Amino acid sequence: MIQLIDVSKSYNGKEMVVKNLNLDIEQGELVVLVGESGCGKTTTMKMINRLEEMSSGTILINGKDIKEVDPIELRRNIGYVIQRIGLFPHLTVGQNIGIVPRLTKNDPEKVAKRTIELLDMVGMQHEEYMNRFPNELSGGQQQRVGVARALANDPDIVLMDEPFSALDPITRDQLQNELLKLQEELHKTIVFVTHDIDEAIKIGDKIAVMQDGRIMQYDTPEKILKNPANQFIESFVGRDRLWKTPDMLRARDIMNKDYVRIGMNRPLAHAVELMREKNCEVLVVVSSSGNNPDYIQGMVGRRQINKDYDHDVRMKDIMRTDVVIVQPDMPLNEVLQLREKHKLRFMPVVEEGITVGIITETSILNVLTEIIPESEGF
Amino acid sequence: MIEYIALHWDDILGRTGEHVYLAFTAVALACIVGIPVGLLINRNEKLANGVIGVANVMQTVPSLAMFALLIPLVGIRDKNAILALFLYALLPIIKNTYIGIRNVDPSIIEAAKGMGMSNMQILYKVQMPLAVPVIMGGVRIATVTGIGVATIATLIGAGGLGTLIYQGIGMMNYPMMIWGAVSAALLALLTDFVLGLFEKKITSKGIAAK
Repeated sequence: MIQLIDVSKSYNGKEMVVKNLNLDIEQGELVVLVGESGCGKTTTMKMINRLEEMSSGTILINGKDIKEVDPIELRRNIGYVIQRIGLFPHLTVGQNIGIVPRLTKNDPEKVAKRTIELLDMVGMQHEEYMNRFPNELSGGQQQRVGVARALANDPDIVLMDEPFSALDPITRDQLQNELLKLQEELHKTIVFVTHDIDEAIKIGDKIAVMQDGRIMQYDTPEKILKNPANQFIESFVGRDRLWKTPDMLRARDIMNKDYVRIGMNRPLAHAVELMREKNCEVLVVVSSSGNNPDYIQGMVGRRQINKDYDHDVRMKDIMRTDVVIVQPDMPLNEVLQLREKHKLRFMPVVEEGITVGIITETSILNVLTEIIPESEGF
Repeated sequence: MIEYIALHWDDILGRTGEHVYLAFTAVALACIVGIPVGLLINRNEKLANGVIGVANVMQTVPSLAMFALLIPLVGIRDKNAILALFLYALLPIIKNTYIGIRNVDPSIIEAAKGMGMSNMQILYKVQMPLAVPVIMGGVRIATVTGIGVATIATLIGAGGLGTLIYQGIGMMNYPMMIWGAVSAALLALLTDFVLGLFEKKITSKGIAAK
């Protein structure tokens, strides 16, 4: 676990690049520091392995103050990957990966074995690449080696400074996916710096959005997309971003919370009156007595009412009970598939028996118009 | 012309030997002093400018004047010649070492530092191997220049192939003069070639020009 406590950094004693920053990074988490250039994200990261010394504050790694650790020793236990790759051009791929383990006087045979293991791990055949020089590799392959080299000492923590931003989009996408796959196996604590919010959303367990040396919001990608803390984050993330990652849209995001409920013993006249007054097409029928008065029993729509126009009937007699109930966490695409399959117009979203909202055509449309950019010119 | 070689090959060889002794001793000493100085001054830009400035001034002293200026210090003959040639060789070696080390891509240094290499390890394992072609460039320039300047060393009694040239001029013995000059030129070319091979051997294939 890495804790940054009240950390500040200034180069000239006046202007602060990082301002009283607090950040907790849990063991095994991939945390992305994201922001525009000059926001202090790289400086923040480099203070963790003391490539930059903080001006004030404390950084603890597993409870230990890093100021009390020899910087060389500290860095050997923290993997480091940089944007411009930084492979040593005069050394072969194998030598590049093994250089630090060899410096720490590991058994050369063990180092060689580990190198082979690492190359395989990043998807490069060791027979083919071990003895090649970096200038014989493509950018993507070089950065794979860069990642393998960072893992050579089997560090608990890996710092990555825009590792994929110099790569072409296809390679970048591949490497992001492989990093995620690798992370599933290795569970390293990774601090990843990028200016690319798409990348941050894709790979981060948590994202810290930075501006002017401060963290504006630190949360999961989903929460940042859905509840941006302020105007800056909203514009930085982009309103339409949620639509680009529709798997993050769930039933609770598209439901209408202002649905109208009615007790199951209420007469039809009451229902008609309610619908007219609230201008709605559907009512959720609840038990309205007993332990769970809000417990859903069924639904009544305009069709049921027109057919059985008789003042004596009660809601429980005419309500549809074959409603398909949706969990609040169900992703948008599954909701739409259910709708299509059962030819439904209304779906109640129910959490532990209590209706929390309903999904209607209007509610879906509302969400879409809200998140689709207004650039269409209508 | 051929006759002259047939009769005087031992003389030519002897003078070549003297020449090699003067030039190589001077360049070897310049390497021993110049490379560490070039590495050291990388830590301080002001110091670097000062040292390179002094070496630059040294280079501007005409060679004959240099020999003359050193007479009060070390007298004449080979000591004087080697010292003068040494001073000439310093500049290219210091300067190229300095530039070679300084021009290593900063991102490579940052990666090395971030991986937990000490400054010494970075210098020996990263910067120096990467600077080899540039440092060797300096050594080659110094050697070729040294072999050229060493032809004047005969004027202070240090011998070398210059002896043949000056004697040849004085005695109107053209074959002698020409063989002295040609030998000096061949020596320079051959030495440069051999140094080129050496450079290739100690340069990593990963950074060799394709």
